[in-house]
Amino acid sequence: MILIGTVSVSWYLAVGASLFVLGAVCMATKRNLLGVLMGVELVLNGANMNFIAFGSKVLRPEGSLGLDGQLIALFVIVLAAAEAAVALAIALNFYNNHNTVDVDRANELNG
Amino acid sequence: MNLLAVAWEYWHQSFFILFAACAIGFGFGVLLSKNVVRMAFYLVLSLGSTAGLFFLAGAEFVGAMQLMIYVGGTLVLLIFGVMLTAQKDFINMDTHTQDWILATIVGGSLLMVLLFAAFGAEDWSKPQDLTDAKIESTKEATPLGLALTGIRVDTLGDSGDAVKQGKSGYLMPFIIVSVHLLVVLIGAAYMARTKKLSRATDDKSSRAKLMLFKMEQETEQLEEETYVVTHRGQSALNRTDSQDE
Repeated sequence: MILIGTVSVSWYLAVGASLFVLGAVCMATKRNLLGVLMGVELVLNGANMNFIAFGSKVLRPEGSLGLDGQLIALFVIVLAAAEAAVALAIALNFYNNHNTVDVDRANELNG
Repeated sequence: MNLLAVAWEYWHQSFFILFAACAIGFGFGVLLSKNVVRMAFYLVLSLGSTAGLFFLAGAEFVGAMQLMIYVGGTLVLLIFGVMLTAQKDFINMDTHTQDWILATIVGGSLLMVLLFAAFGAEDWSKPQDLTDAKIESTKEATPLGLALTGIRVDTLGDSGDAVKQGKSGYLMPFIIVSVHLLVVLIGAAYMARTKKLSRATDDKSSRAKLMLFKMEQETEQLEEETYVVTHRGQSALNRTDSQDE
């Protein structure tokens, strides 16, 4: 009830920040390679939320980014798709060669 | 009933609370779930709620693209990855306790900093009067597509230098992203292909060759035996014939 009448850019930024932090913690703690990839997706979505909030004419009638925010958000979505394809290929290659998806066991490059 | 009437009047806020709670709640589900298949499902729901927030902020085209590319493309790819690697040892993987403690401390402090920044600027936290907010069709797809080809129809009114020199379009990033996608997909297909000379398939093929060799030897032996048997039978028959005479 406190929120009613007070939705502003800040609340969207708060949601974006929460998604970002959840994704970052997910990337740091998951041992499954695919769990780490899911954390990356959450982080990119949190960043996208900020672009949309700053570009929204509903939330900021004056001084909004306008279409620029939405265009950058589109580029982020496309690049996230490309990143997921490459990371998944690497994950499958790692699984074929090592028979595991545990990132803790990917330490062959240790000096 | 009273609550419903209030929610109807403040529909923007109500939907914001609903979608934000879903996005963050299922985000927590992704973080806390140990089962990787459930994590993928929670991620689908979280990203879908994020698309709802995009719709709410007036970015309909980006919200639709989020649903189509992210939920329909990228996550299907991820789920295929989960299915291809979901051996019984890797479905549930525990995180070490010290990792949890460290990640909670670092993530909590990062969240504090970000929230402080989000609510710190006065311009951003100024509430808009969204009571009786109306749904308007913004017709954004055409300006977005034209901006990708370098023409900004939405900023024709303000004739800044950047618009005049044609610098505000997004043609160059669009081309770079297209080539990047092409290279990435070829590279991914090259890396994820099945190799013909890997050790496992080599073992299998050598075992198959060995089996073929044994079978050939056995057939040769069998042929020899049948030859011997028929020969003996024939000679025996010949012998009886000669005895009869």
